[in-house]
Amino acid sequence: MTALHLDAEALYAELAAGVRGLLRPDGTSALVGIWRGGAWLAERLQRDLGLPGEHGSISSTLHRDDYAKRGLAASVDATRLPFEVEGRHIVLVDDVLHTGRTIRAVLNELYDFGRPASVTLVVLVDRGGRELPICATVSAARVTLPPGQRLRLARDAQGRFSFEIR
Amino acid sequence: MLERRNPQLNRHDELVHLLSIEGLPRGVLHHILDTAGTFLSVNEREVKKVPLLRGKSVFNLFFENSTRTRTTFEIAAKRLSADVINLDIARSSTAKGESLLDTIANLSAMHADMFVVRHSESGAPYLIAQHCAPHVHVVNAGDGRHAHPTQGLLDMYTIRHYKRDFTNLVVAVVGDIVHSRVARSDIHALTTLGVPEIRAVGPKTLVPGDLADMGVRVCHDLADGIRDADVVIMLRLQNERMSGAMLPSAAEYFKTYGLTAEKLARAKPDAIVMHPGPINRGVEIDSAVADGRQSVILPQVTFGIAVRMAVMSIIAGNNP
Repeated sequence: MTALHLDAEALYAELAAGVRGLLRPDGTSALVGIWRGGAWLAERLQRDLGLPGEHGSISSTLHRDDYAKRGLAASVDATRLPFEVEGRHIVLVDDVLHTGRTIRAVLNELYDFGRPASVTLVVLVDRGGRELPICATVSAARVTLPPGQRLRLARDAQGRFSFEIR
Repeated sequence: MLERRNPQLNRHDELVHLLSIEGLPRGVLHHILDTAGTFLSVNEREVKKVPLLRGKSVFNLFFENSTRTRTTFEIAAKRLSADVINLDIARSSTAKGESLLDTIANLSAMHADMFVVRHSESGAPYLIAQHCAPHVHVVNAGDGRHAHPTQGLLDMYTIRHYKRDFTNLVVAVVGDIVHSRVARSDIHALTTLGVPEIRAVGPKTLVPGDLADMGVRVCHDLADGIRDADVVIMLRLQNERMSGAMLPSAAEYFKTYGLTAEKLARAKPDAIVMHPGPINRGVEIDSAVADGRQSVILPQVTFGIAVRMAVMSIIAGNNP
């Protein structure tokens, strides 16, 4: 298999530009990152785009559709939305978009907190392989990977992003 | 020789029933406590419900009455979206002479997915777990004098919430230890989680002598027993103990073993006071302490729902 090279930092810059264009001038937008990689991205976007307040982070754990098969994951990720969801324009951020099942789960999770005015999905990499009718408004890269391959974001001590490909 | 497996764990060492804290690895206990932390926030949401147990039927089988425990299990199961069926068995089939296993076989034929069992006989939940269909999960909600594992776990959640770390604590369990399944579950959990000093405090008639074998220090003097403690767990004194000649009178008991502000001053200044409820004011605990700043009795109730949600969602997600 040919080695896949993804420059996460370059892609992040592209993502940031895309997100900037999506934000509402009236301040009704809010960034929500999907735990874990997406939450890192949202944290940095919040800072780099000079947005007031805190970003939100969201977990798919309680709405996953593979619970009956895989049980409850042993993780401590929790949803934290430090703002009203009701009436907000939510920009949902994730590192990798694959089957779309995580997005379905977090949309359900999001609605447990209120009814957003809109939800837009932005991702660093769209790797194809969708199993649900879900697409991203911004994706900094599109690649095609075999189903078994794992691709996810990593963050070093300095806060710089890279991709783990296994 | 064949190694006997813990009946609560599947071959991947995942929890499929919760029958007792005894013998559960520390990692399983921490997983439950971590998961409970996630569910605690669910109880504060606009929509206090998650779909993990959607389409599942949870049967509350209370062979012994306990409205409060049954209610917390019912709330927990409903917040996980399960259908909950409450059976007050004390007043139904067994009264007509049906055996425990026949009752279980009948309820299984109604497609139960989980049994929450309270029984006056120690070991009844084990018997049910052994004889029910493989996909059915069993939670022990208190059996005889043996165990009350969800109460033990919610006590551990409470301690971790206020004290963060178990490995530097002095914990005193005070009262009727010999009849208390709560005390037994707490002691097993505290030991597994690495608490260095556990004390059992109470009159000689109510504290079993063999506790020292479990690494527990036995004290018959309250002031001595709670000195420098970080956590004081008070147990409910059951009224029937008075008539059984184990104790002279409630007033006498309160004088010697009732927790008052004056006695509590011997514990660390930031010690927390716990009680599984329902409390007997003026018997094992003074009102000023029960309602005082160090009391965490009501937070225990709130944590109890999250802990029961965690237990049910973990076991229901693990296959036999």
